[in-house]
Amino acid sequence: MKEFIEGSHAIAEVVKSCKPGVISAYPITPQTHIVEDLAQMVSSGELKSQFVNVESEHSAASVVLGGSACGVRVYTATSSQGLFLMQEVVFNIAGMRLPVVMTCANRAISSPINIWNDQQDSISLRDAGWIQIYAEDNQEAVDFHLIAYRLAEDKRVMLPVMVCMDGFILTHGMETVDIPEQEKVNKFLPAYKPLYKLDTADPISMGLLADPDYYMETRFALQETMRESIVYLSEISKEFNNVFGRDYKDLLVEEYQLKDAEKVIVAMGSVCGTIKEVVDEQRAKGKKVGLLRIISYRPFPYARVYEALKDVPKVAVLDKSVSLGAYAPIAVEVKSTFFGKKKGPKVVSSFVAGLGGRDITPETIYEVFRRLSAKEVNFDFVDLKPELLKEEYGE
Amino acid sequence: MENSPLFKCGHTACAGCGQAVAARLVIESAGANTIIANSTGCLEVFTTKYPETAWGVPWIHSLFENSAAVASGIEAALIYLGKKDTINVIAQGGDGSTGDIGLQAISGMLERGHDILYACYDNEAYMNTGVQRSGLTPFDTNTTTSPAGALSSGNLRPKKPVPEICAAHGIPYVATASAGFPQDLIRKVKKAISIKGPKYIQIHVPCPLGWRHESNQMLPVARMAVETGLYPLFEYEFGVLSGRKQIVPKPVEEYLKLQGRFKHLLNNPGEIKKIQEIADNNIKKYGLKLEAQG
Amino acid sequence: MFGPLTVKPKNSKGDKTGSWRTLLRPHYLHKNCIACKMCLMICPEGCVSGKEKNAFSVDYTFCKGCGLCADICPKKDIEMVSEEPNSEGVS
Repeated sequence: MKEFIEGSHAIAEVVKSCKPGVISAYPITPQTHIVEDLAQMVSSGELKSQFVNVESEHSAASVVLGGSACGVRVYTATSSQGLFLMQEVVFNIAGMRLPVVMTCANRAISSPINIWNDQQDSISLRDAGWIQIYAEDNQEAVDFHLIAYRLAEDKRVMLPVMVCMDGFILTHGMETVDIPEQEKVNKFLPAYKPLYKLDTADPISMGLLADPDYYMETRFALQETMRESIVYLSEISKEFNNVFGRDYKDLLVEEYQLKDAEKVIVAMGSVCGTIKEVVDEQRAKGKKVGLLRIISYRPFPYARVYEALKDVPKVAVLDKSVSLGAYAPIAVEVKSTFFGKKKGPKVVSSFVAGLGGRDITPETIYEVFRRLSAKEVNFDFVDLKPELLKEEYGE
Repeated sequence: MENSPLFKCGHTACAGCGQAVAARLVIESAGANTIIANSTGCLEVFTTKYPETAWGVPWIHSLFENSAAVASGIEAALIYLGKKDTINVIAQGGDGSTGDIGLQAISGMLERGHDILYACYDNEAYMNTGVQRSGLTPFDTNTTTSPAGALSSGNLRPKKPVPEICAAHGIPYVATASAGFPQDLIRKVKKAISIKGPKYIQIHVPCPLGWRHESNQMLPVARMAVETGLYPLFEYEFGVLSGRKQIVPKPVEEYLKLQGRFKHLLNNPGEIKKIQEIADNNIKKYGLKLEAQG
Repeated sequence: MFGPLTVKPKNSKGDKTGSWRTLLRPHYLHKNCIACKMCLMICPEGCVSGKEKNAFSVDYTFCKGCGLCADICPKKDIEMVSEEPNSEGVS
């Protein structure tokens, strides 16, 4: 049913329809509305779930770990500092192969403290073994939660999934969203049937110590599942389209106006909405530009990116995060895609924008297209304020 | 209780380990309908080195400081499944994982009122990593990070009163117990399991390696800790002291001389006097002294 | 393909920790036993079994020789004897 609704409320509605048995979260801007709504739903009886108000994010993740280990569907949500505080539990959940689903309302990282949107938080946890999918708008944010549960709980996967949505921009933005009906959700997302669980009828020990004779194979298994999930994402996207009538193709990337494009920006998340507008405008003027939107960041779809960009002469990667001391995260993946290959762009330039919630406007995108030229830019920030850049501390 | 299928032979605890005795008695007293969340530490390492497990009940180890939170999630899941009434949930760990790094998670668990028993195996240091000092290491103890030397008589801080901290949360049941008094421990675990709500039991467990005593000395060492008043055995219910084991107090030297970790004190009457004061304060505070029957 | 490291107790046989004994092993005299069960209770391994008086025994495959059973027996009916072959109680 279509509703004009705040992003957070839409997420709460779709999570409700997934019927998690244990919900645990700790308040952090800008995730708060999602969790408040779920608390309201539990209190009113709309949602039968155990809502556990914990004393930190570390415990929130631990509670859902324990709940999931008992074979119950669980949910948590966080951002930024909260995600960092629960980092070791996040890795732990993936290593234990528990199908936890988490919403990450992307927010900048301290220090300095900043509550506005960028993607440093989830990107910093890219090595954790969680599948990460990034929404462009609130419809995707809603749909991706259904897909996340379906994917996580697939017996061939059994990996946790992080649905990433830009904080404030999506969580607090009002959009018309089609909230999936319960019957269709029931059809698409069956009840969770765990492969292993804590059960007095059939005792099991979980979380054992693995010495050098045993550890490496578990990482191999995780890596293999990540690789295989590239295919499962396509399968599940087809199933989703059959039930809900929305086609996310392979759920890996979105190609926007790539045919005969000479300049393409690669980006992830809500900024793609702005980029699409600029692309449309430029195309109307005869400029051959396009956008490749990354949807699945982990597993990173190298083969798919290769297919999409192999004939594009100039590519600019726009990262909304930074890996301090090295090249930008998505830019590195894109460059790796083409190294040693016969075909590929002549130029892959890397730009970082939007950190700490600095607005990315159409002007920013024009600037990126303008700077995407024959001279490759290894790494640069866009939209810096020179008046703030002083030579010496205390000036 | 024999050839326990709940805590199997073949684990790799040191010979004479007090914690192995206590852990086995805890799970046997709780029974087969129990799920355990265990912190990282000696107990976890010596019972679950892949591909072996000593546990005959469902058991999970996540991290060092979160067993109380994991147990909270297990309890919530069991309530959701409608099974909580027939299944016990135990969260357990050592003194370090309980009173230091895991204190926040326990406080949250107690405050939320989960129906969980928390069992702390108190061997008074971070033993699994090599006998480093914890918040529950007693005053003047020699550990690797509070070593006795020319400038120090060992750990210079008093033992963190974790049972009292838990009792201050107003929970239904808090108790201290000792591996040297196994029947008392069994009674307390069974009592705790029968109560609905959060419970905390802290069990004094000698560590032959860390405390520097022979493997066969667990009982005299554990008992002397209690009989000097240095490790009082008591019960709190809803924040009020409701029971204690009374003793005929022995001088603290009788306890200190049994263990290498206090060796440096034996020629130091000034420090022994301070430790005697700690014991005397406990005896007074908890009313431990067995009054002569007239 | 995946592999969380889990183990079911029925599939775990444990380490043969009886091989740790170097000096002493417990010898149950079976003379004055009152079946108080304290030896069974105090064993860190849980390898003591028995029900009736003078009928308690140790599983030497797992016994580490710590001596707690001998220490706790109120009737001194358990002795720690040499692990050497041909000693009492050693088969």
